Amino acid sequence: MSSHAIELQRITAAYDRTPVLRDVTLYVPPGQFTGLIGPSGAGKTTLLRAMLGLVPRVEGDVFVGGRRVIADRSPAGVGYVPQVGGIDWSFPVTVENVVMMGISSQRLVLPWPSRQERRQVYDVLERLGLNGFESRHIRDLSGGQQQRAFLARALVADPDILILDEPTASVDIKTRDDILHLLSELNRDGTTVVMTTHELNSVAAHLPWVVCVNGGIMAQGPPEAVFNAEIMSKTFNAEMRVIQDDETGALLVAEAGVHRPFSLDPDHVASVA
Amino acid sequence: MHVITDPLQYEFFRNGLMVATLVGALCGLMGVYIVLRRMSYIGHGLSHSVFGGAVVAYLMQWNFYIGAGLWGFLSALIINFASRRRNVGADAAIGIVTTASFALGVALISRQRQFTRNLDAALFGNILGVTRQDMLMIAAVLCVVVGGVFLAYRQLLFTTFDPEIARVYGVRTNWVDAGFALALAATVVVSMNIVGVTLIAAAIVVPPSTARLVTNSFGQMLIISTLLGAFIGCAGMFVSFELDIASGAAIVLLGTAIFTAVYVVTGAKNWWGHRRQIAIQTRPAIEFQPAGSAARTHGQTIAATEEHGA
Repeated sequence: MSSHAIELQRITAAYDRTPVLRDVTLYVPPGQFTGLIGPSGAGKTTLLRAMLGLVPRVEGDVFVGGRRVIADRSPAGVGYVPQVGGIDWSFPVTVENVVMMGISSQRLVLPWPSRQERRQVYDVLERLGLNGFESRHIRDLSGGQQQRAFLARALVADPDILILDEPTASVDIKTRDDILHLLSELNRDGTTVVMTTHELNSVAAHLPWVVCVNGGIMAQGPPEAVFNAEIMSKTFNAEMRVIQDDETGALLVAEAGVHRPFSLDPDHVASVA
Repeated sequence: MHVITDPLQYEFFRNGLMVATLVGALCGLMGVYIVLRRMSYIGHGLSHSVFGGAVVAYLMQWNFYIGAGLWGFLSALIINFASRRRNVGADAAIGIVTTASFALGVALISRQRQFTRNLDAALFGNILGVTRQDMLMIAAVLCVVVGGVFLAYRQLLFTTFDPEIARVYGVRTNWVDAGFALALAATVVVSMNIVGVTLIAAAIVVPPSTARLVTNSFGQMLIISTLLGAFIGCAGMFVSFELDIASGAAIVLLGTAIFTAVYVVTGAKNWWGHRRQIAIQTRPAIEFQPAGSAARTHGQTIAATEEHGA
């Protein structure tokens, strides 16, 4: 039995013969809020999927909620919010249908929800500001509302561990803040949260614990410890620099490389105007 | 009234009517899952695959339903398995598995020419030559499929919507897929003698595609598709009798006509709604001007916001 909420011991993960992640060891204590950062293709999503038993080839040991995770058998008590990019938006499901998927999928039950299940769904929708949207088709929601609907599906069974793959991608600033506040609130109530993000300054810099991923674990710790030029450059395979905002004291990560300046052809602009 | 009462005088027609209605309902129900899994041509492919099994069953002197059913089940399992691989899509898996099986059937026929005629029913359907055993098999498969859909409604919905995430939430998707493959094979086997290998895809695809045009609800789509499939099967039989054309073809053509009509009506309705939305959203807008000059307004038409994901 592991005392960690999530424990990965020297895992190597692959979809075919080429490993995406090599020799990764990661411990996430219960109640921690962890952000995974790294460039595209670094293996962040694979790391999350390995925690859920969704990667076909994993060498090493994965424990979630104290139980060993084996391929094709996802651990119980975990809520998962995948990237919404893979959703079939033309599928005939309502918001209520989507959220209902998060409960009572394990046993043979009647097709229609019980009163208690409907109550659970309405409660979580209300918490996420989606009350009144139950019978709306998922395609008819805005990007932020769609993200929240899938978050509601993950939360409806009241999981101990919440795993999210880029929950703040493609949403506006206010929705991003709403989602982060909600996750922070859940974390305060004891839920372990692990999420990936590409937003270093607006999201990762505010998380209590950050893991830098690029084919393996490059570094981990609080943002003050890992947000430095050396670690960021190593993680993102690019020259990066970290500056501190004079007013707020916040750390800001920026590219330091010299780029050819981007500009529009003035004649073209004049011809369009 | 004679159009309805005249053909009912014949027992062969009454039997045909009953099986066409049952097969229509069965294909309509299974079709919802098939269409939403984007495997529309699995019906077409699997019926060809089962044809290979039917030939082997005939050669080995097995019961048609057992031989063809097992063959179809194995084909559906292989297709499901192969299509889960990242680099083989469902369409390619269907194409490879089913054409190979069909080719095997054709190869065996070409060596054993004497039974070619007996398999005409499998290829083109023989709705008026159904036996009592056929009727019982169709009724049994329909009952089992309806029962399965009722009991595993949520698991089937989740697995169809997103099989990978369904697994994360505890749905045994492998079992659901295996059950689905079994039901699909059974549907194709009992339907192919009625509508024929060549027309079964339409019987499976047309009712759910029509239902999808009129509803955004999964539950309603299941009910509408099943009832519509039954109606098309039933009404198609009368069309077949009245126009003296092959029953399978009459059923498929009627279904296609209904789909086309619904497509046109719903398309016109959407177009009209879109036009109204544009009219409502036509408002004066403030045009950006460089600093120092006064902003001016003019009657600019704001393009209607496209429905997200449409």
